[in-house]
Amino acid sequence: MKNKNLVPAEDFCLHHNIEYSFISSLGESGIINVTSVQKSTFLQVDDLGKLEKFMRLHYDLQINLEGLETINHLLEKIENMQEELRLLQNRM
Amino acid sequence: MDFVDYYSTLGIAKTASADDIKKAYRKLARKFHPDVNPNDKEAHKKFQQINEANEVLSDPEKRKKYDQYGKDWKHADQFEKARKEGGYNTGFGGQDFGGGGYTYSSGEDSDFSDFFESLFGGSRKRGGQQRKFRGQDYNAELSLNLSEAYATHKQTLNVNSKTVRITIPAGVENGQVIRLRGYGSPGVNGGPAGDLYITFVINNNTGFRRDGNDVYKEEDLDLYTALLGGEKTIDTLSGKIKLKVAPETQNGTRVRLKGKGFPVYKNEGTFGDMFVTWTVKLPVNLSDKQKEIFTELSKMS
Repeated sequence: MKNKNLVPAEDFCLHHNIEYSFISSLGESGIINVTSVQKSTFLQVDDLGKLEKFMRLHYDLQINLEGLETINHLLEKIENMQEELRLLQNRM
Repeated sequence: MDFVDYYSTLGIAKTASADDIKKAYRKLARKFHPDVNPNDKEAHKKFQQINEANEVLSDPEKRKKYDQYGKDWKHADQFEKARKEGGYNTGFGGQDFGGGGYTYSSGEDSDFSDFFESLFGGSRKRGGQQRKFRGQDYNAELSLNLSEAYATHKQTLNVNSKTVRITIPAGVENGQVIRLRGYGSPGVNGGPAGDLYITFVINNNTGFRRDGNDVYKEEDLDLYTALLGGEKTIDTLSGKIKLKVAPETQNGTRVRLKGKGFPVYKNEGTFGDMFVTWTVKLPVNLSDKQKEIFTELSKMS
């Protein structure tokens, strides 16, 4: 299947040398979107940056899935607050 | 070039064991890793410094040479001079010892310090993740004047010696980031290219204060127009307009001009509002006649 918005999860795992179970866990926890098409699993191109980030946190910093879920939540909060801060600073 | 104290970077003593170094490094890496410190330049810098310190101190060979150099630091000027002339032959520079400790990746390219390079050679890039699939993202800053942000326009950017033509929609805000998908570095092994993130830095070159889509301006009003009403020509972002002034307008009165504000981002034809605040200016250097009339007026009220 050729779709420029989707990348086979298998290719990603192969080149990064990671287990597919890591991707499916992130998909189940809602951190990334995993799409299934005809028995194959695909990742959204827009999610790859986020996936790489959580891969680094997991494999480099040894943070487990529960930790990743918490970090994901807190990062979203930080980003929203930074956006709010930017808007407030522009008002000054 | 300044001497870099790698021991203090990691907060450890010069006698620290390999295990102490590893522990200190891991603790600091978790704290300052760019992935958990979004948009924090200081944390990114700190992460790079601790990576560099670990690169040196976790490698016994590099640590030995560094310790030796630290002792000879008072001769650093001579060292530097000799190094530039190519006559300094101590085994420093140009060598890659390989091995060494594990350095955490951050998803970004980052250079080590000049100090590191002069000691361990070459212009080496470390700390960046080696790309295996998706290309690296690029970040760029684009400065615009507020008057330019008022209208949609095209601009050409040079990003990593690649020319990128972009359309900047009217209404972009200061600090706003837009993503241009696929304009980063190419992917490898069939992976997609990275993205280009552009941050707009908007310089206000107008007399207006902007708050989102609305703009604010203070306008002077003479006493007589404020009292008796009349008309005043004022500047808006889209040109001059004549504004009616109601009789008995108080100082500080705010008037709303619907649709005379800033264009709404990606919502063509929609504009915010403009708010004009009247600042009533009292006449000065009154003539005797004027004083007489004002006195008379004051007695009437």
